Amino acid sequence: MNRIDKTFAQLRSRKEKALIPYIMAGDPYLERTEELVLAMERAGADIIELGVPFSDPIADGPVIQRAGQRALKWKTGLKDILRLVADIRKKSEIPMVLMTYYNPVLKFGIETLFKEAAACGVDGLIIPDLPPEEGQAVRDRSRRSGLNWILLAAPTTPPDRLKLLSGRTQGFLYYVSLTGITGASLKNFSEVKARLSAIRRMTDKPIAVGFGVSTPDQANALAGMADGVIVGSAIVRLIEEHMDDSDLPAVIAAFVKQLKQAVAGGRTRRAAQSGVRHS
Amino acid sequence: MTKLPDQNGHFGIYGGRFAPETLMPALTELERMYNTSKKDNKFKVKLKEYLEEFAGRPTPLYFSRRLTKELGGARIYLKREDLCHTGAHKINNTIGQALLTKKMGKRRVIAETGAGQHGVAVATVAAAFGLECEVYMGTEDMERQSLNVYRMRLMGARVTPVDSGSRTLKDAISEAMRDWATNVRTTHYILGSVLGPHPFPVMIRDFQSVIGMESRRQIQKAEGRLPDCLVACVGGGSNAMGLFYPFLSDRRVEMIGVEAGGHGIESGKHAARFADGSVGVLHGTMTYLLQDDDGQIRPTHSISAGLDYAAVGPEHSYYYDQGRIHFTHATDEEALAAFDQLSQVEGIMPALESAHAVAHVVKLAPRMKRNQIIVVNLSGRGDKDVMQVAKIRGVEL
Repeated sequence: MNRIDKTFAQLRSRKEKALIPYIMAGDPYLERTEELVLAMERAGADIIELGVPFSDPIADGPVIQRAGQRALKWKTGLKDILRLVADIRKKSEIPMVLMTYYNPVLKFGIETLFKEAAACGVDGLIIPDLPPEEGQAVRDRSRRSGLNWILLAAPTTPPDRLKLLSGRTQGFLYYVSLTGITGASLKNFSEVKARLSAIRRMTDKPIAVGFGVSTPDQANALAGMADGVIVGSAIVRLIEEHMDDSDLPAVIAAFVKQLKQAVAGGRTRRAAQSGVRHS
Repeated sequence: MTKLPDQNGHFGIYGGRFAPETLMPALTELERMYNTSKKDNKFKVKLKEYLEEFAGRPTPLYFSRRLTKELGGARIYLKREDLCHTGAHKINNTIGQALLTKKMGKRRVIAETGAGQHGVAVATVAAAFGLECEVYMGTEDMERQSLNVYRMRLMGARVTPVDSGSRTLKDAISEAMRDWATNVRTTHYILGSVLGPHPFPVMIRDFQSVIGMESRRQIQKAEGRLPDCLVACVGGGSNAMGLFYPFLSDRRVEMIGVEAGGHGIESGKHAARFADGSVGVLHGTMTYLLQDDDGQIRPTHSISAGLDYAAVGPEHSYYYDQGRIHFTHATDEEALAAFDQLSQVEGIMPALESAHAVAHVVKLAPRMKRNQIIVVNLSGRGDKDVMQVAKIRGVEL
């Protein structure tokens, strides 16, 4: 059983939900990324999503675009990020998935990437611009390497396609809560709820919800409907605001801790709502 | 006629549909709508009517007497897309897509634009069909093409500056795709070239192939035979594909696409994908593109905003590999010289994009026999570039 499956199995047995924070690898610089990952783990993160910077991120909003630009200033590439994961893996068993656009994967070489990523301790790949129809090669490799290829589903996805996506995804299904880009603001919770229960009827695989989740309160609401909640832009924005602070990892850890409590349901909605993000 | 792409939008290994999941249903819907419409007589009649009555087709195939004489070689014909309403071939595609937008019941259209010609063509059809319109344009291009920005605004379109990345066409496309993902239920994205996820490359090629079909008839009438060579500039490649496509199975007709050589290939500042690029995926399609060792998209340069893009239409990549279409490039300097030459010799001022094609003709025609024929696509007119050319030469207007 791989680390992602194990994590969801353990959480399920404890009737808990996963908190999946996203940060951009190399933002503000790579050594910081390692500290941030370890700090987020200590603060209660269950799975870490690491962004691979790309020059033209069509699925991302301005916050993550800027983070990518910062990481690209150092020419952060897949090679550096694999080395980073290998370093973290020596100290931690937290599942790590890479979110990368397809072109860097192609350039690296699909076969090489899966081989090296598995060896470094990467657990999964999310490729937002690679639908299953174009992903035969990635699918073959992911099966052979044991690395999960995690698929996304959107609010516009029709039922027959939902069946295809939830059937093919590995590790979990990444449900995009809104039509739009990362960092947008989710408002219509009842629509998400209806969609998630429809997907639930199609698959037993874990479902994690992302895009548009920025507050503990929203995370709390979504945790009731899914197996995990993904928070990206809100954390990345906090990194941007505090990137020169020596206590950056502590600031991020404090926010992640609030999110985890909200996801775990350990706090009332009111308490989560009044939680101070940063002073 | 060649049966490409396959049903998933692949031209050999190129093309396809590398799109975020949110957009997949919209792409399927567009594909279905396009496939039924192109067989629908009512749609065909309407499209023809708008192309004739609104865009002013057919455009002339003009024998360029004086340039032919000056170059002293092949007989040169200009396909006068510059005479289309709005001043470029872009309107052929936007009329088609505006009709589809109406059929899909969507009320808002968005677009990207580089030189502003596609943006103007979209703003124009949006006004003509009563659609809400928003055009994304890189801030660098807005500066280069301020006249077109104002034209779009005059027609009621909102022009939204894109200040990310290189602030040119590539970033405008990314931003338009983000808008589309957000508003996909109400909005159609009128992509401007033979790029992007399936069905855009095939659909836009079909809408533009009116250029080549007319040219075929016209050259037959003028010369009683097909041309020896077709020349067109290639940014995304829609004017080139439109001219070339109806001639693809005429093996004796040579086809040459001219990319932006910028400051020269060695300088690294250019947009010559075939001279200096490799295969990758950008903006939904697999094709030749300019990228670095990490797969990051490289910045491009061209004097012409419409050619200043890191990727090329996937169908061009396929025919490049096949050896059916040849590609070369013209530098900024050569394009400017051709801009002057055609203006002064023929009284026809080409767009800086089209001037790249003319620049190649200037090199090619003298090497050909006097009884040979070149058809060059004059994809747009140069009025929009006057300010920029003056600025480059330090002339104050």
